[in-house]
Amino acid sequence: MKLEHVDGENKGNIVLFALSTCGWCKKTRMLIENLGVEYNYIYVDLTNGDEREEAVETLKQYNPDISFPTLVINDTDTIIGFEEDKIKAKLS
Amino acid sequence: MGQAYDNFKKEAESSGYNVNADVEFVEMLLENIDVNIERYGYGACPCRLASGEKEKDLDLICPCDYRDEDLDNYGACFCALYVTQDVLDGKKKLTSIPDRRLKELELKKNKKTQSNEDNVSSLNFEFPVWRCKVCGYLCSRPKPPNKCPICKVDAERFEQIL
Repeated sequence: MKLEHVDGENKGNIVLFALSTCGWCKKTRMLIENLGVEYNYIYVDLTNGDEREEAVETLKQYNPDISFPTLVINDTDTIIGFEEDKIKAKLS
Repeated sequence: MGQAYDNFKKEAESSGYNVNADVEFVEMLLENIDVNIERYGYGACPCRLASGEKEKDLDLICPCDYRDEDLDNYGACFCALYVTQDVLDGKKKLTSIPDRRLKELELKKNKKTQSNEDNVSSLNFEFPVWRCKVCGYLCSRPKPPNKCPICKVDAERFEQIL
């Protein structure tokens, strides 16, 4: 599963599962970038075959609904959807 | 900028639906539905993961099967392309909402296996009754209409209920 990397302040291991076409995913990315936080993301809709399967299976462990955006912080905290306040509280 | 929004809004309002007032957000979603039409050959919901197989994705073609229930429960569809009047009037806050899709699909699967043949009607209609899975429009005729006259989705989005 190939993650895209965005530079910024290190606030832990932050992974965003997103879709390239989704409005709430876009808002989430913009929020994280405005906060200036280092993170990795994957646009699952742009994956195929084995990589798609791996991405979906990984996401499923954190969010059984396989919905987007899903933000995983340090493997332990999961924020599903564009939850502005929760994301700010965790990453500010 | 704005033309695509205006056209979409006019169309939605003619069938009794309201569109998110954020023009830029809505136009981005409309563009991405077009991206999905290019990619898959059908306008899959831009906020859900499409499989690429139309048969598996019929329920998530925009407008999706979940729009009306999400509007009732949360004031917006999953993408927030469609919203309720309360959201437009500021009486209800627009937020991102949980995706009901996988749970609903599971529920439907269980229901089907439970009562496979129970659904045969004792009523003796001359024609079967078809239900639009998006907006609930009912009609009784040999086949479903090519397009739902209310919400404009294709015939394949209809199910036979009687």
